[in-house]
Amino acid sequence: MKAIYKKEMRSYFTSMTGCIFIAFVMALLGIYFMVYNLSNGYTSFGSALSAVSFIFLIAVPILTMRSFSEERHNRTDQLLLTAPVSLPRVVMGKYFAMTTIFSIPMAITCIFPLIIKHYGNVSFKLDYSCILAFYLMGCAYIAVGMFLSALTESQIIAAVTTFAVLFLMHLWDQLVKYLPTSASGSLITMIILFTLVVLLIYKVTKNWFLSAVIEAAAVIIPVIFYIVKSSSFENLVTNALKNLSLRSVLDNFTSNNIFDIRGLVYYVSVAFVFIFLTVQSQQKRRWS
Amino acid sequence: MIEVRHLVKQYDDNLAVDDLSFTIEPGRIYGFLGPNGAGKSTTMNIMTGYLGATSGDVIVNGHNILDEPEAAKKCIGYLPEMPPLYQDMLVREYLEFVAELKGVPKAERDDEVMRSMRLVRIVDMQERLIRNLSKGYRQRVGMAQAMIGSPDTVILDEPTVGLDPKQIIEIRQLIRELAKDHTVILSSHILAEVQEVCDYIMIISKGRLVASDTPDHLEELVKGSETIEITTGAGEQKVRDILHGFSEIEKISCEKDKDGNTAARIDVKEGSDICEKVFFAFADQRTALRSLSTIHATLEDVFLELTKNEADDRAAIEDARPQKKNKAKAKDTPENSPKDAPKEETKKDESNL
Repeated sequence: MKAIYKKEMRSYFTSMTGCIFIAFVMALLGIYFMVYNLSNGYTSFGSALSAVSFIFLIAVPILTMRSFSEERHNRTDQLLLTAPVSLPRVVMGKYFAMTTIFSIPMAITCIFPLIIKHYGNVSFKLDYSCILAFYLMGCAYIAVGMFLSALTESQIIAAVTTFAVLFLMHLWDQLVKYLPTSASGSLITMIILFTLVVLLIYKVTKNWFLSAVIEAAAVIIPVIFYIVKSSSFENLVTNALKNLSLRSVLDNFTSNNIFDIRGLVYYVSVAFVFIFLTVQSQQKRRWS
Repeated sequence: MIEVRHLVKQYDDNLAVDDLSFTIEPGRIYGFLGPNGAGKSTTMNIMTGYLGATSGDVIVNGHNILDEPEAAKKCIGYLPEMPPLYQDMLVREYLEFVAELKGVPKAERDDEVMRSMRLVRIVDMQERLIRNLSKGYRQRVGMAQAMIGSPDTVILDEPTVGLDPKQIIEIRQLIRELAKDHTVILSSHILAEVQEVCDYIMIISKGRLVASDTPDHLEELVKGSETIEITTGAGEQKVRDILHGFSEIEKISCEKDKDGNTAARIDVKEGSDICEKVFFAFADQRTALRSLSTIHATLEDVFLELTKNEADDRAAIEDARPQKKNKAKAKDTPENSPKDAPKEETKKDESNL
């Protein structure tokens, strides 16, 4: 794991990707810090962070697109997979290298509250917990980007799909509002979502019988519940999906001044799930 | 020692490896021989743990590659068809990374890297970027990479493809040197190479092991059916009349060559040497033989024999036998001379493509 971590770190700096990423993140954070905190006098650095959170849409694909797709394109994955190193370690080595690169601008950002302090009152606890939430959110996004990079051989496709998925996550709360909220609408949305999941299960397992059983259950059970008590379906899907929002956690820190431990755990779990999926996708490629 | 048992690899609609079983004994050079697409690379990828088999086992020094992948992989050094090199690294840097990846202790790492670079003679290149190396040197770096960690077995997938003749000779020498300390398995679709380098040949066709033996034994396999080739001024009927009495002859095929001579191929039964008898039979009839030669079966014939009925595959091995191809062309030209014009056209088409 250490070997891969070191190699990744070195290649991020020899290929300039790391430098560009750090420069880009620092420039945007600097601009938002200047505008919000220095010019307009907001004392909380969190408001600047909240405004600048779109940065991930561009910065994360830059960082993650090459992680696995380049290895596959150059066939260097043959070296990694035939070396006496287990696959989870390879993935972890790469993931930690990426989060380390991301830590560099975040570490520099830790100076910003001190600068604000120079001009007025500042709540360090609040600012640093905002930075922590911002950092963990980035780490979760990086895991998503890494997973998408592991699915393709082309860096461009990896970057574009990462952008698309992060864009969806970024606007999650706003988009969820447009889903139907009535009981019948919820039921239909629910069945459509379940069907999509079943299609995915079929794609992975290639077992039509299992998929058909799950699909039948996914249709029949909600319909029965709907017949029994239709009122419970109102707002069901929108409320459920709202809970998946990654951005609302950051907003809890920056706007509502809540130290949202549940949210931080959620970020770490998302990162963990996508690291796991990356391992599985690589594993699956060997068997197909 | 590597044991491969009933290996099967099924892709969606084709069977790449079909119930392959063999054992690799230590201290030899093994050659996987087979036409393109025979399943050589797939087999090697499975043996090194890069791909998973649909069914079957690979056991490396007692460790199953699936159950104890790390222990098994430690015993194998692998050079895939395309050397797995990071373009933006220096040669030395790359080899140090590989050494660390393979778990070579820090204290021994420098020595190990130096040793492997010396072995493949790239010490002068150690400060170069891999991106800037020629194909031959990249192949060497790939080999050095496979040597790191002193694995018992080194697997080389088509190590000489795309190299110039001088480099090919160098790489072959290198392989022989490697064989002093390691078991070497290499794959190739070039017969001459396998015949020259390997102690033991496994011929693979359509994912199946069709023959495995030493080169000499394999040649003996088909030696039974010997062929005598004669050219004479007499006509075909006369040739057949003269040879009529020989019980050893299985088949005679004649054709007229451009000078009006008759060229006859005589297939002879196993183990009978009738060369002299044929000569005297013709001499008795006062018919002059312009040439008489015995054709011994070569490894090439074994290969063709074992992989025949595969029209596609023949094209693949054609490049391995340039001499015969030329002969065939020389024969064709006089017959086809009026058709020269259309031939040129097809050539043009190819160049347009």
